[in-house]
Amino acid sequence: MNNHSTAFNPASAMDFLPREQLEKVQLERLQAIVKRAYDNVALFRKRMEERNLSPSDIKSLKDISKLPFSVKADLRDTYPYGLFASPLKDIVRLHASSGTTGKPIVVAYTKEDMQVWTSVMVRTFAAAGLSNSDIVQNAFGYGLFTGGLGAHGGLEALGAAVIPISGGNTERQIMVLKDFGVTGICCTPSYFIHLLDKAEEAGISMKELPLKVGVFGAEPWTDAMRKRIELDAGIKAFDIYGLSEIIGPGVATECHAHSGLHVFEDHFYPEIINPETCEVLPDGEEGELVLSTLSKQAMPMLRYRTRDITVIEKGECPCGRTIRRIRRISRRSDDMIIIRGVNVFPSQIETALLAVEGTLPHYNIILTREQGLDNIEVDVEVTEELFSDKISGLEELRKKLSSAIEHIIGIRVKVKLVAPRTIPRSEGKAKRVIDKRNME
Amino acid sequence: MKLSQLSLFIQNQPGAIAEPCRILAENNINIYTMTLAETNDYGVLRLIVKEWQKARDVLAKAGFTANLTDVVAVKVPNQPGGLAEVLEKMGKIGINVVYMYAFVSNLQDAAVIIFRFDKTEEVIKQLTEASISIVNAETLFS
Repeated sequence: MNNHSTAFNPASAMDFLPREQLEKVQLERLQAIVKRAYDNVALFRKRMEERNLSPSDIKSLKDISKLPFSVKADLRDTYPYGLFASPLKDIVRLHASSGTTGKPIVVAYTKEDMQVWTSVMVRTFAAAGLSNSDIVQNAFGYGLFTGGLGAHGGLEALGAAVIPISGGNTERQIMVLKDFGVTGICCTPSYFIHLLDKAEEAGISMKELPLKVGVFGAEPWTDAMRKRIELDAGIKAFDIYGLSEIIGPGVATECHAHSGLHVFEDHFYPEIINPETCEVLPDGEEGELVLSTLSKQAMPMLRYRTRDITVIEKGECPCGRTIRRIRRISRRSDDMIIIRGVNVFPSQIETALLAVEGTLPHYNIILTREQGLDNIEVDVEVTEELFSDKISGLEELRKKLSSAIEHIIGIRVKVKLVAPRTIPRSEGKAKRVIDKRNME
Repeated sequence: MKLSQLSLFIQNQPGAIAEPCRILAENNINIYTMTLAETNDYGVLRLIVKEWQKARDVLAKAGFTANLTDVVAVKVPNQPGGLAEVLEKMGKIGINVVYMYAFVSNLQDAAVIIFRFDKTEEVIKQLTEASISIVNAETLFS
């Protein structure tokens, strides 16, 4: 494994650029992307004009703080194509992820964007020590979700033998893992723990297999989970970070030092702000991560508020990379839930409940983790209007609620009917989400 | 001819059935008969009481989800085949039984079964035409 981690992939050169040179690249790209956004995206132009800003006002990297923020709602309000800066003839890929209401958010890529995405994914896998001699099982979901295809493109460009198995079907995953001599795997960390458990049940010791690297992301996890994975599977586990609005996976990744995630700063410019005052904070202080795409052609994002709370680490990483690191994401500044890589907002669940019931019942969202899989349960109080003396009537209601929620958030939920007054009332903003997921 | 059954949503947990029963007791309401339908997470308790309106009000006041449901009390000969005969008649006319349970009867030689149908009014007409005898509230609670 050592010969893998030390082998240098030329694509990673940008990771090690002297800061001065990197910042020069960043400024050039920032100036170009601000101009592109201003010239081609009505929303960005309008917001800049409101502040009497023109692209020529960006004279240094610090000037980025003059620019207005963008938020997830901007993607919803301009659904589907309103933030595109390229004509559709130049778009070669569309992805979508769940938004705050029924509609998804749509993201687009030009041919150049795909090349950038591929290159940052190559750098991601190279940082994890993978190379063209590896066989990698990609168990991220393929489809509208950016995870599967994003990782796929990077692995193929790396020259690894990629197995596009996608998510689910645990038995087949374990068979492939064992029979194909797989050396690397990508999936959510909780799913990998599930695979570990299932392999053990089947009498297969993951430690005995050639598997040596796991690249995990799309949900929050802890160092304790990493320890367990590394110990039980005999592999090195790497955390990756990304979001569709920016590019998908490939925004930031861990190196062998495991001391934060390096942001691919030549393409994504990170800032940390105080989420309340929006004041930009210096490196080393905790706040909300704000990202600007520096090279994205189809859909530039300027100062996108990720809602993820982190810190830009001060100082140099022992690995020698000059691109800065963010600390593992531990929490968010809004009430978004990330479950099996899918973003879920309580407001989406409210929309579904409201659609079925006509009025909003008291409800709770309960998150649990069983056998490495995240589950979501929605407890709904039965009102007199909806109550039926027939079990079939109540079960029909339960199914209606469950399918209405699944329709909006895209994943199956368990709906549990509970008696009135059993869900605690709270003063002011109700606490709707009870996260019982044991991250250990 | 029809009766009002008190239907209650019950969470599946220890003590959940005792609570409404205690409230009825405190209000001096007697339960004549009852049945519980259960699922993994919850149940529906169905009660026959004489003072159903009062029962519903006190339970609703205590925060329970309580509805009144139309049911029909049917007299069934207290002998082998008595119930089978009544059910066969219903089947022939095309009456569907949603659920049913027994009532503790004080009638001579007859049992009383509580039936829940859909379209209760229509079914009552059909039962009368088929000479199936329905017990009214006065007789039932006398």
